[in-house]
Order: sequence, then C-alpha cells, then structure tokens
Amino acid sequence: MRLAWGLRVAAVAAAGLSLAILPFLVGDYRAFELGRMGIFFIAILGLNLLTGYTGQVSIGHGAFMAVGGYTSAILATRCGVPDYLTIPLGGLTAGLAGLLFGIPALRLRGLYLALATFGVAVAMPSIAKHDRLEGLTKGTTGINLPELHSGTWLYGVTWAIAAALFLLAFAIVNSRLGRAFRALRDSEVAASSMGVNPAAYKVAAFGISSFYAGVAGSLYALSNAYVNPDVYFVSLSLFLLIGAVIGGLGSLTGVMAGAAFVQFVPPNASSILDAVSPFAVDSRAPGVPSVILGAALVLVVLLAPTGAGGLLRRISAPLMGRLYTRSEGG
Amino acid sequence: MSALLELRDVEARYGPVKALHGVSLSVEEGSIVAVLGANGAGKTTILRAISNTVRRSGDIVFAGRRLGRAGPDAVMRLGIAHVPEGRGIFRELSVWDNLRLGAYVRRDRAAVAADAERMLGHFPWIARRRGQAAGTLSGGEQQMLALARALMGRPRLLLLDEPSLGLAPLVVREIFRILAELNERDGLTALVVEQNASVALRVSQSACVLEVGRVVLAGPSTELREHDAVRRSYLGY
Amino acid sequence: MPSAAPTWATEVALAAFSWQELAQQVVSGLASGGIYASLALALVLIYRATRVINFAQGELATLTTFVAWSLTNHGLNKWVAFPLTLLIAFAGGVALERVVIRPVERAPVLTVVMLTIGLLIGLNGLTAWIWGGETRSFPSLFSTGTVDVGGVAVSYADIGVIGVTLGAVGLISLFFRFTKLGLGMRAVAANPETSPLVGIRVGWMLALGWGLAAALGALSGILVAPTVFLEPNMMQAILLYAFAAAILGGLESPLGAVVGGLLLGVILNLAGRYVPEVGGESRLAVALAVILIVLTIRPSGLFGRTVGRRV
Repeated sequence: MRLAWGLRVAAVAAAGLSLAILPFLVGDYRAFELGRMGIFFIAILGLNLLTGYTGQVSIGHGAFMAVGGYTSAILATRCGVPDYLTIPLGGLTAGLAGLLFGIPALRLRGLYLALATFGVAVAMPSIAKHDRLEGLTKGTTGINLPELHSGTWLYGVTWAIAAALFLLAFAIVNSRLGRAFRALRDSEVAASSMGVNPAAYKVAAFGISSFYAGVAGSLYALSNAYVNPDVYFVSLSLFLLIGAVIGGLGSLTGVMAGAAFVQFVPPNASSILDAVSPFAVDSRAPGVPSVILGAALVLVVLLAPTGAGGLLRRISAPLMGRLYTRSEGG
Repeated sequence: MSALLELRDVEARYGPVKALHGVSLSVEEGSIVAVLGANGAGKTTILRAISNTVRRSGDIVFAGRRLGRAGPDAVMRLGIAHVPEGRGIFRELSVWDNLRLGAYVRRDRAAVAADAERMLGHFPWIARRRGQAAGTLSGGEQQMLALARALMGRPRLLLLDEPSLGLAPLVVREIFRILAELNERDGLTALVVEQNASVALRVSQSACVLEVGRVVLAGPSTELREHDAVRRSYLGY
Repeated sequence: MPSAAPTWATEVALAAFSWQELAQQVVSGLASGGIYASLALALVLIYRATRVINFAQGELATLTTFVAWSLTNHGLNKWVAFPLTLLIAFAGGVALERVVIRPVERAPVLTVVMLTIGLLIGLNGLTAWIWGGETRSFPSLFSTGTVDVGGVAVSYADIGVIGVTLGAVGLISLFFRFTKLGLGMRAVAANPETSPLVGIRVGWMLALGWGLAAALGALSGILVAPTVFLEPNMMQAILLYAFAAAILGGLESPLGAVVGGLLLGVILNLAGRYVPEVGGESRLAVALAVILIVLTIRPSGLFGRTVGRRV
C-alpha cells in the first residue's frame, strides 16, 4: 500500500514540477494555449460536478461563464478592481446566479432541464445585447479590459487556480456532499427516502458548478482582454459538454483529457482529418472542427460512454491490482 | 401426433438470476394446458421464454420449427399470440384501435372484417364503446379486449398470462367460460398461466405445477384436481 | 373640463394602434408560427415514440435545405426539387435512426440526447464543410406581392406558408388515423413493450418516425430559407422556437405542437411590436421565457397529460 501511495505522490510531484517549468520551455504562445486549456479544465470540472456527479444535465454552462466574464470586465473597467481580484468575484457572482437558477430548475427533470439550459445558452447573447442592459454590458461592442497579460501569466494563474479547485472538487466528491450528489444522480426518490434533501443539494450543485464556470469565465475574459456577447456563444456550452463527456462524466481524472481535447482538437482539426481520412479532402474548409468534435462525441457515446476517465479506470484497475499485490509481498 | 408446442429443458434468466431450471412441457393442438404455481414460481417466465422477451436457452419447438433467435414480433407472425401479464393493452388508443392491432400482420381484409364481427358477437359491449380510450375500461373489460385482440390474429396458439388477476369472481368465470367455448367450438389451443387453480383446472385438459422454476407435477387436469398436494396448496381443501 | 394632457395621450395612442396592423402582425405571426409548428411536430414525433428530444432536428433540416438548394442550383425545377428533397430527407432520417440511434435504443434517455447533441455539432460542421459558410438566397415557392383581405395587406408568401404547413399536418394526421403503419406508430408511442406482441417491428417504426420528422424538418427549412437566407446556422434560433412551441403545446401532443407553433409565432410578433421592453432582438429571450414559464407552471403544456412519476 505504501509503495502505491508513494508512487502516486511522486508522480503528482513530478507532474507538478514539470508543469511549473513548462511555460518557460515552450514559449509564450504555447503557454497561452495551455493556459486556455486550464480554463476549460476548470469549467469542465464544475460541469462534471453538476452533470456527472449529481446527474443534472446542463447544456448552458457557457452562460455562467459569461456571467463571470462580464462581472470581471465590469469590475475591472468601471470600479477599477485589479484583474486577479475580479476572478473570485466573477466566480462568486456566477455562483450566486447558479443558486438562483437552481431554484426554479428544481422543477425540471432530466430532459426538460437540458432543454431549458440549452435555451439559456442560445438566448444568452441576445440578452447581453439587450437595450436595457446596454449601459452595463456595452451591448454588441463589448467591454475592453485594461490590461492584456502574457501567456505565461495566464498559464501560471490559471493552473494555480485549477490545482486548488481540483483539490476542492476532490474533497467535495469524497465528502458527504459528494455522496449525496451521487445518490441523487442514481435515484432521487431513493435518496430522499434516506434523508437526503434533494432540493438543497441540487441547488448547491448548481451553485458550486456555476462558481467554477464563473471563475473560468473571468479567466477567459482576462485571456482575451475583452468580452462581448458572441464570445460566449452556444458552441462554448456544447464544447464544455463534449469535454465533460469525453473526459468521462463522474470521473475527475478524465477532465484533463476532456480539457485537452476541447482546447487542441478544433484548431488542429485539419491536420487530424488529413491523418485520419483515406481520401483526399479539403481539410481546411469551415466546419471541419465541428465535424470532428461532433463525430468524437457520437463515437464516445456509442463506443465508450464512460469517456476517457472510465477507460483509464478500466486500464489502470488491473495495473493497480498488480502494484498492490507486489507490495504486499515486500 | 406430435404436440403443437414443446418445451424441452428450457432455462431462463433475468440478469444473473435464474428463473427457470430446465422446464419441459408440451401442448397438444386443440387443447388447453394450465400452468399453476405460486407467485414467483416462474409461470410468467415460461410465456416470456416462448415469445422471447426474456433471455432463455433450451429447445422450444412450435409446429415442428425451433424458435431460435426469433424476436417477439417474429414469434407472433408464426402464429403465437401472447396476452401478457397486466393485459398489455394500448391505453391511449381506442377500443377499436386495440382490436384492429390484433390483426396488424394480416393482409386478408375481408376475413379480418369477418373476424371483427365475430369478436363483437363474443363481446357485444365493444361495439358500444369502440371510440373509448382503452385505459378507461374496467379490469374485466380490458382483459376481454386483450383476449379479443389476440384472437383477431387467428393464432394457432394462445398464451394467456394470469387472466384472472385483479378481477372479480363473476368476471373471471365469464372469461374462462368464453375460453372453454372457443376451445370446444373452434378448437382454440391455449397455454394458460394461472394462480386461480380451481377455475384453471376446470377449463383445461392437462396441467402442470411449477415451483421455484421447476415442474414438480404434470398430468391430466382431472387427475391433478384430486391430487392431495395440489388440493392442499392450491385448491384450499 | 378635461385637461389637455390626457386627451393628447389618448390621441397618440389611438393613432399608434390600428386594427389593420394588429391583423397583419397576427397573420405574419401565423406564418412564422407555421414554420415553428413543422419543426415542433418533428420533435414531438420523435419524442412520442422514443422519449428522446432530438437536439439535431434543426441542423438536419438545414442540411436537407441545402440539398434542395443544390438541386435547384443544378437546374431542377423547384416544384420537382422540393418534393424530391422531402423524400431524400425521409430516407436520411430513416438511415440515421438505423445506423446511429439503433445501437443506443435501450440506453438512458440522456445518453441518447448527448448523441443528438453530437449530431447537432457534427451536422452543422458538415453543412459548412460541403457548402461553405456564405449566406445564399433561396427560391421561394410563392410569388411576392400581397393581396388585400378586408383592408389588411397579406402577403402571398404568408398565406402559402400557412397553407402548406396545415396541408402537411393534415396529411400526417390522415396517415396516423387511417393507415396501418400509422396505427403501428401510434401503438409504439402508446406501449412499446406490448407492440412486438402484436407483430409490430418496433425498430422500423422508430425509423419511420425519424424519417417523417426529417421530412417535416426539411419542409420547415424550405419554407423559412427564402426569408432568413440560407446559411449553416440558419435553424439554430428556429430550433429554440420549435422547442418553445412543443413545450407550450405539450411534448406528447402533435396537435399541441401545431397549435403551440402558431400561437408562439403570434406571441413573438405581438410581443416584439407592442411590448416596449421587448425589442426586435429579443425574440429568443421571449421564447426562453415561454419555455421556463410553461415548464414551471404547467409542464405538460396546453394539450399534454400530466403524467405521474414512475418510481
């Protein structure tokens, strides 16, 4: 047992160390991309807590990212709040929005919730453009943030936050809260008969996952140094869902895979297609990234519904078993 | 004369749980065979095994053909009509639509119309209630509708699952009277699963008793009626 | 003696409001509503049979509308091309169900929904890939111009759209009521477990449902493309309107989808014109509001039945 734990800690430490020096090795642009991946990591982590662990499907998480992003932008430009401080504030605002949304969402089960959140995602840009809010959101033109940060800055800040939030998610999942979430996912009626108050926990799940999305949204705004309604468009919500499914709903380890997928596949779609396709195709045409992402989601659902996390578990289970037995013998 | 339906060493399972442990029975053409037993004995599972709505192994031979991997709709097309537990009517659809569905696979429209007339003869109330949603019928009426629907397919074999379930004694008597009449007049072959042993033994020519997925007793109904164990466990005297 | 201000206000109000304009808004609302109704009916068909909401319905419609465009672009007369497109859409829907959906027929509903979302993204990309992202014009079935009905100027296009929609809906109801296949599909929607016992091949009934839904989607695409112009994201907003229409009418009810669609079209038009809070941009927000309000107050919609929860 000791050996396995020791190995785990060593692996994490090694990973942490290499991650820390990575941006200085790969250059600013790559660091920026990896920082972006960290943003998706955080958002997908939150979505996973909501959908994978509590079983509430949300196709509108991009909207909560938007709340976080706009909060950051408004605080930074109008109230002069320093950038890094707007991140937790963006998260808290989005978390509050999530709690508020979670209350009426209680009445919506499964499919209807998916539909309603889809509606929120589709309608969000037009809400942000609405005349009434224009004073605040600056409508279509959007808001420009005062400072554009380097890729290294983004990388460092994002992954530091991501690590902290990952530990938080880990703690939640293994706590009583997490067990309540899982009970709700598997059977709400059974859970409530065991004393779990569905309403409270479901709203909590919404609040927590929206907090994560808000933090991600703030970071996203900071990474671009602007926000406008079309930044948080429908596809963003769909990408988050794809990332969550590919990573594996209900698995924290898979989230990294999901985030990597969502960050790196769309820009490299043409190369992927060239590599995969037996015929000569125009891989630079518009729409190719979507085709690849959509096909990936379809294939994952058909062939590996537990996603990367599930596959990882299946592969590592025999491996872990062998590690344990070996250490048993000394 | 070989039997119309023959089960040889049939096993069936629900997931990891085995419900039938090597059941063998046969049904001669033109006869009614009753399957008796307590709740959970596996009676319903036998019928499900025949219509292939449960995982099963072993031999099931119908009219000389092995029912291999044929799905429930294919089994129906071969001439086996299964009236499931709980009647299995289409609640949202009208009484008339339910009846029409019985003849879904048939193409001989004139004969279908004639059969519909015959059903109205057996169950005159259907004509009065044809537009009504089937879910609003009483339990007894639903059972009769399910029976009528099954007969509309002109099946060679009728599988009836617990027709008396939840019905008043008078209604039960009526249903079994119709069953007996169809058997005597039209030579209807049926395999009837029933908890109500006395009425089932009265209408059937032969019967078997199932306990925990195994046939423990089989023979002509007249004999089983006098059998001590059967009398004590299932006939109550 | 009345003070000057109120009279002035009333005069302005009366001048701003006219029955003619109201009638015009209602008629054009019915026309756009007809398009939402077609797509909503497609959604309801699949939902009734499988309990699945097909999030890809809009993108499927866009794809088939592009097919129609290509056919007319190659010189085929639109009166031939459009029905042909409906047939192609039907075949495509059947194929889609048999190839992609069939493996997960027994999976939990949310899993299949994820699949349809994958289709949503993939088909959207496919359309852009094959035809490119530019906006194109699309030939209309109906001539431009208006006709005067009791002082109200009603466009031929609006009348045409309403007529075609009602015609299609009528054909489909006839199909369901009077044909054997229609009966089979209704049976599968009512009781999928018992259906095989009467000899119905459930899988093919589902495929038939997907085929009809795809054809309806193509119809709504063909009807709307002349107005909103053809481009890969054409149906995204309309999908949301179709969702709102289906929810408003009741997801289980085909009649509800049609009534819901027409009603929603009128609501959106009137809200956009007469409610100052709602500008032209906010139709999506209104549709979202309809969805949230209906799901909160009466989830079964206007024509649905309230179903108890299965434990």
